[in-house]
Amino acid sequence: MLILECPYCGVKAEETELANGGEAHLKRFGPGSADNDFESYMFARKNPKGVHFERWRHSYGCGKWFLAARCTATLEVFGTYPAQTAEPPADLQAKIKAKRPDWKGY
Amino acid sequence: MSDPVSPLGNARFDGFVSVREVGPLGMITLRAKADVKELAAAIKAAVGTTVPAQRRVVINGDRAAGWMSPDEYLLVLPYDQVAAAMAAIATAMGGAHHLAADVSDARAIFRVEGAKATQALQKLMPVDFATLEPGELRRSRAAQVAAAIWEQDGGFTVVCFRSVAAYVFGLLSHSAQPGSELA
Ligand SMILES: [Zn+2]
Repeated sequence: MLILECPYCGVKAEETELANGGEAHLKRFGPGSADNDFESYMFARKNPKGVHFERWRHSYGCGKWFLAARCTATLEVFGTYPAQTAEPPADLQAKIKAKRPDWKGY
Repeated sequence: MSDPVSPLGNARFDGFVSVREVGPLGMITLRAKADVKELAAAIKAAVGTTVPAQRRVVINGDRAAGWMSPDEYLLVLPYDQVAAAMAAIATAMGGAHHLAADVSDARAIFRVEGAKATQALQKLMPVDFATLEPGELRRSRAAQVAAAIWEQDGGFTVVCFRSVAAYVFGLLSHSAQPGSELA
């Protein structure tokens, strides 16, 4: 069971109060882009064993989307941050690197 | 003009706590960014309270203002005063970007009262009641549907959508069955 702190309302929300939105920080390739770029945007996902960045929505709470960093193997949660963030915050990345020295970056 | 009726005709269940469906109650959803300077005057004009802080509800007699999300407020007031409050909000907000909607008939409101009111809710919601602070408005779910709660007058006020009023009343009544207290 995951407990993620919503960065908008500060609630430590239990998993069933949230909705998962898949991998975070995808770069969108829209109309006019190369076929292989569009295909990887549509279908290719990292699915790592270990550190992972995901989109979550506080669907039964404030209704906002946010992003979370967690470990898919241990369910350890490293942190959450607002969705209006192009890449994981530097301090969060440093924290993950300290805990998982072999992590290759997001 | 037709008379407004609450979804369940003020149904009541008396278990180890009492569950009452109350209303009709006026409710306005006011959406605006927290930094809109007209917001404070609009909320003051509608329900006479300050702008609630994050996850807080400010109660003023039979009126209240609650924080629903970073850009959404719930205003509670007597049903027959909604039209006047909507006009007051429009005047106070002026040209500032906002949305105000009368959602009075879209909601159902319950009161759960008694010394063990927390226990009746605890069984239904993934909420840590031990860390719930005084004056906190908590949006979450009650079993399978969205619900918001806050503590008021020695009990809890529970708000849900009107379409699931009977479901939520059933949940609360079942949870309040005599003999089903938690310790
Ligand atoms: Zn939230």
